[in-house]
Amino acid sequence: MRVLSYTYLALAYVFVFLPVVVLVVFSFQDGRLPIPPFKGVTLDWYAKVLGDDDLMAALLNSLMVAVVSSLVALVLGFLAAHALARVRLPGSVLMRGVLIAPMAVSYLIIALGLLTVFNSLGIRPSLWATGIGHVVINLPLCFAISYAAMGDHQKAAERAARDLGAAEWQVLALVSAPMLAAPLAAAFFLSVTFSWDEFIIAFLLTRFDVTLPVEIWSMLKSGLSPATNAVGSLVFLVSVTLVILLEIFVFRRAK
Amino acid sequence: MSLAAKDRRLGWGLIAPALIWTAAFFILPFLAMVALSFATMDGREVVRGFDPGNYVRIFSDPTMLGALWNSLEITVVVTVISVLLAYPLAAIIAFRVPARWQRLALLMAVLPFWTSYVVRSYSWLLVLGQNGVVNKALLGLGVIAEPLEIASTRAATVIGFVHFFVMLLTLTIYANLIQLSPNYARAAQDLGASRWQTFTHVILPLTLPGVVTGAFLTFVLCIGDYITPQILGGNTELTLPQLIMLQLGRSGNFPLASALSVVLMAVVTLAYFASSRWLRLDRV
Repeated sequence: MRVLSYTYLALAYVFVFLPVVVLVVFSFQDGRLPIPPFKGVTLDWYAKVLGDDDLMAALLNSLMVAVVSSLVALVLGFLAAHALARVRLPGSVLMRGVLIAPMAVSYLIIALGLLTVFNSLGIRPSLWATGIGHVVINLPLCFAISYAAMGDHQKAAERAARDLGAAEWQVLALVSAPMLAAPLAAAFFLSVTFSWDEFIIAFLLTRFDVTLPVEIWSMLKSGLSPATNAVGSLVFLVSVTLVILLEIFVFRRAK
Repeated sequence: MSLAAKDRRLGWGLIAPALIWTAAFFILPFLAMVALSFATMDGREVVRGFDPGNYVRIFSDPTMLGALWNSLEITVVVTVISVLLAYPLAAIIAFRVPARWQRLALLMAVLPFWTSYVVRSYSWLLVLGQNGVVNKALLGLGVIAEPLEIASTRAATVIGFVHFFVMLLTLTIYANLIQLSPNYARAAQDLGASRWQTFTHVILPLTLPGVVTGAFLTFVLCIGDYITPQILGGNTELTLPQLIMLQLGRSGNFPLASALSVVLMAVVTLAYFASSRWLRLDRV
């Protein structure tokens, strides 16, 4: 039984890592195609990618959209969760449903809906439009994580602050938010990674300034190239670093 | 003003921004899309109206019905395979791997989850392609004489999807498994249950809401995805999202694309009601 378990685990790791290993290995390919045989090691593709202005512009765009839209989603989600956890409002079950609903809708449909409205209002596709869409997809996540994290312990501290004369914004900023620092940080970083990696909304709602996934998509159109491997490996490196930092500094401390 | 009334006003003030955002950028656009789905095309011009013609076309045109059917088949197959592969993986990590290595084992098992989604599909193309790693290895070992044609088939799409969703489901199922108190399993075994009975009668029912929630998310993300079938499946067997994108790009037929999206949404809603008994979306 034990042997069987560890064999399964090992096979699962092979399956999960196979495409990543192939991606990274052939990003060093000294040749024009990222497929076997492996012809030797070169860093040319990395140099080419890092010197590509379009790619670097797309990377900055992605970063900006991700950080700004995640901040907006986090603030909106946190305030809504605070309201629902603290005050008994009529229709609160319905409102919770409405705020969670986008989670159960395909990104393609959210994108197409926004495109329809923006078109009829004469709003051009832009990074702003994409950011608006990314807030829509991340708001449910930020709301759900904040809402789940609010407990009795925290309510007691908030009540104490209020009794001692704190205004509501002071309670929010000085008591609630710091007490929820770990889950709020987790919600923020998850939102950043989802926005950073989101393709279809960005594809339909941007035109000239594009995000990184859209730029990578247009690289794919010109066929297989080790340059695409190099970009993919760099993105993987950045994401993994972020995840490991998150694991060490946020989740470990949360326990 | 009474304290309760003041509290309530404050509550409305705090929740209003999120509700307004969701109404303006999610509900309103969705309704606009539904309205557009009843419009028609005159050349390249959209003519507003109330014409169910797009829906009639979707359910009578063999290409469109085929795409709907392809999407459903792929999504169901992917969801079932992913759950069947992820559950044992999550269980092994939760119950077999020593406690101090568990976080690391889990982190490793889902690490490629954090690669770029577009790049992940592309990587599978390198693995599964005609001159890809799998074919070269199998040819080299003499297992096969001719390269297998996996890329640009449904199998490639399914493999790419399963790879992504096994990781997602391992995360959600693991989170459920470690919340279970070991006392349930101990009690069942004290009462004479075998290991298998303990699993089917105690562990599985207790983790069912988590599994169903994960499976539902898999269903939603899989049936609405454009990238994986486009990169790995090619243009042989279109899925619903590929068809929607074709309508947007080639012919600029927004009404038909909207109608197809409404159908996609209807399928997801049906899946929601089918699984709503066990769904816990606000506790993902």
